[in-house]
Amino acid sequence: MEKNTSCFFSNSSPNLVITCFVAFITIILVRFLYVIYRTGKPLNKRTSQQTLSTLIVLGSGGHTAGMINLLLVLQKDRFTPRFYIAAATDNMSLQKARVFENSLVDSGAKGISAEFMQIYRSREVGQSYVTSVWTTLVATAHALWLMIKIRPQVVLCNGPGTCIPLCVIAFIFKVVGIRWSSIFYVESIARVKRLSLSGLLLYKLQIADQFFVQWPQLQRKYPRARYVGCLM
Amino acid sequence: MGEARDGVKVKRVVFVTVGTTCFDALVKVADCQEVKDELYRRGYTDLLIQMGRGSYLPAKSTGDDGSLAVDYFTFSSSIADHLRSASLVISHAGSGSIFETLQLGKPLIVVVNEDLMDNHQSELAEELAERKHLYCSRPLTLHQTIASMDLNSLVPYTPGDATPVAKLINRFLGFPEES
Repeated sequence: MEKNTSCFFSNSSPNLVITCFVAFITIILVRFLYVIYRTGKPLNKRTSQQTLSTLIVLGSGGHTAGMINLLLVLQKDRFTPRFYIAAATDNMSLQKARVFENSLVDSGAKGISAEFMQIYRSREVGQSYVTSVWTTLVATAHALWLMIKIRPQVVLCNGPGTCIPLCVIAFIFKVVGIRWSSIFYVESIARVKRLSLSGLLLYKLQIADQFFVQWPQLQRKYPRARYVGCLM
Repeated sequence: MGEARDGVKVKRVVFVTVGTTCFDALVKVADCQEVKDELYRRGYTDLLIQMGRGSYLPAKSTGDDGSLAVDYFTFSSSIADHLRSASLVISHAGSGSIFETLQLGKPLIVVVNEDLMDNHQSELAEELAERKHLYCSRPLTLHQTIASMDLNSLVPYTPGDATPVAKLINRFLGFPEES
């Protein structure tokens, strides 16, 4: 008798594990398809008093200038608290962002809240591909850590490679149910005929809720993009 | 080139900028005699070079000997003042420098850096040159561009507007329209 019961238990344990595993995978798959379905669909109406925590990805060169240009026309009391992220080796972007935020305080705007963070780069220019595997893993882990802390409701990015791990993690958060976010990508004004690598990835993977381009040639080539003209 | 009544020469400054990059090819060619002579011939008096992360150092000159006065610096927190006081801007093809200059209404020659891998920057410079908002050049053809340019033929650039994007973002997020 006892031998039979012990056999019963030892047989059912693997079955239980497999059942749980399959159920888990199915739930994730269903959730994944739901997120794909809802990506790009506008959110329900909200009152103007509501605020959305916003992640702003900065990049060297014209990226930050372009982002600040966009932030100037967004209502700061709706998109708050604001989290600025720049690559660790990019010294000027966070400084520009601080100057921008200080100018908001100076002009008497209330309810301002901003934080400034740096993220490890996946790969430096010219770095060997072998060491890049490790640094990309480190950068992704760092991105995950920052995203868990921030859990933004809105993600704004305009091209730098730093935005890819952050956007992918934001998408995963949507699937896993950690935080629903709306991801907005504005392709850099310097991209007239071809998308940047970041833009191409986000466009093909359909991760961004809204994908904006600034030149008509790109809109013809990538029909799911929205042409908004030059922003600068 | 003109002289005010008290004999002081009117300054016409050419401002060269490479932004945050290293673009020795532009700094070198801007400092070469051919280009400096051409600029002097076209009536410019001063050449100011923002050389960024480059390693080539131009030769400073006071210009007292009837030539271009030359000066340089590496970076400044904002080049807006230099752009404002310039009569001609020669810039690398970075979008920030380009649009900052165009928005100030300054004549602009963009020099594309041929050493850059995957030179997407040239797309923007060529598109804006096609629309006649600026002249587009390479380091080796800069002096020809200066010699043949007709700044009066440039079309002023109407600054862009980010409000349509803001409207779309707000509408997507469900925020009410601005009154």
